[in-house]
Amino acid sequence: MYGNDFTTEPPEQPGARSLLDQVADAERDLQDAARSDRAGQAGDDYFMSVINADQKIEPRDWMPDKYRKNLIRQIAQHAHSEIIGMQPEGNWISRAPSLKRKAILLAKVQDEAGHGLYLYAAAETLGIDRAELSDMLIDGRQKYSSIFNYPTLTWADVGAIGWLVDGAAIVNQVPLCRASYGPYARAMIRVCKEESFHQRQGYEILYTLAHGTPEQKAMAQDAVDRWWYPSLAMFGPPDGDSTHSEQSMLWKIKRFSNDELRQRFVDMCVGQAEILGLDLPDPGLRWNEEKQQHDYTQPDYDELFRVIKGNGPCNRDRIAHRRAAHEGGQWVRDAAEAYAKKKTGVAAA
Amino acid sequence: MSKTDWPLWEVFIRPRRGLAHTHAGSLHAPDAEMALRNARDLYTRRQEGVSIWVVPAAGITASSPDEKDSFFEPAADKVYRHPTFYDVPEGVAHL
Ligand SMILES: [Fe+2]
Ligand SMILES: [Fe+2]
Repeated sequence: MYGNDFTTEPPEQPGARSLLDQVADAERDLQDAARSDRAGQAGDDYFMSVINADQKIEPRDWMPDKYRKNLIRQIAQHAHSEIIGMQPEGNWISRAPSLKRKAILLAKVQDEAGHGLYLYAAAETLGIDRAELSDMLIDGRQKYSSIFNYPTLTWADVGAIGWLVDGAAIVNQVPLCRASYGPYARAMIRVCKEESFHQRQGYEILYTLAHGTPEQKAMAQDAVDRWWYPSLAMFGPPDGDSTHSEQSMLWKIKRFSNDELRQRFVDMCVGQAEILGLDLPDPGLRWNEEKQQHDYTQPDYDELFRVIKGNGPCNRDRIAHRRAAHEGGQWVRDAAEAYAKKKTGVAAA
Repeated sequence: MSKTDWPLWEVFIRPRRGLAHTHAGSLHAPDAEMALRNARDLYTRRQEGVSIWVVPAAGITASSPDEKDSFFEPAADKVYRHPTFYDVPEGVAHL
């Protein structure tokens, strides 16, 4: 449609296939577990017995208050990240280097909007209102992933975001396809299936640049240099400092520790970077034969906390932009509502 | 701050001809027509469906999970509703 570019096969990316397999496994297990629905009564024991049997808690089931609150916070923060996450990449839609890249980027950013909405819908089944969640994002009562507070300075950043940021998000999210709350698990299965295209398109952008002119390769390397550590920080603070963790593991709304997932991500990326012909900016990165995993340098967690507290390079811009979009769209929502009311009035008359 | 109060719609999608509509998720929209268009953009970006239903969430009456047992129990002791309940003499065909 946009030239032969579309039909060339993207380079094989080590590890990507197995992630999609894991999503498929989670979906199959969800269906299997559903076949052995259990009888029982309300209360904590029944709740925990459902979770221990790897079955799903559904919206109108009894659940502890803290489970509900934790889930709302977790799902909302995830939804907000998808929504704010449209901004860094949206910055490049009008300047994509070809029509093909523009169409792809547009589709990706549209997917992120979709992910935000799947997740808001899942959160609403827990009894919170989406309008309230939007307000909490805008007035700072709820957070989004700190990664989106970094700027996209060059076109190569779009590649680095797809490969590293979406890549880290997938490693984080694939285990959530097995979350104990049904609507959340089902939303995550949808999200993860769509994410794999995001990661591949980013990888392809970097691969193309890395095999282009020396300037293009340098641009790709610069993007990887800037995005590597913030991507590692996406997995959150080291296990020792992580709040919420233990109870969330018990409730199966978190299934692996931050450090386990970070390690998994590093191990995946090393081989992928080699095929790109780009370096990961870590002099301490080496294979540890004994542990059968890579040793690597931890990201700067002081920086992570600074960014979370609101002092990253783009925090204020991101929220100001979201607020302007929300308030600027108010007249459209008002008009649609007025039109709907008018039509019901006509129908009733 | 937000003053928009659009109703919630549940979305059901028929993936292919011959299959039943299944629940895909929900969304907010001012009216049925917009709900249908939004559902198309939200839930069928990759040709996941050939037909969409949108239903106002407020129009759905659901059984309560707390009464699950008493509500569905009457069917549990009627094993004779299943063909496996019956002895079929050896040699009987087409039954
Ligand atoms: Fe996403
Ligand atoms: Fe994504």
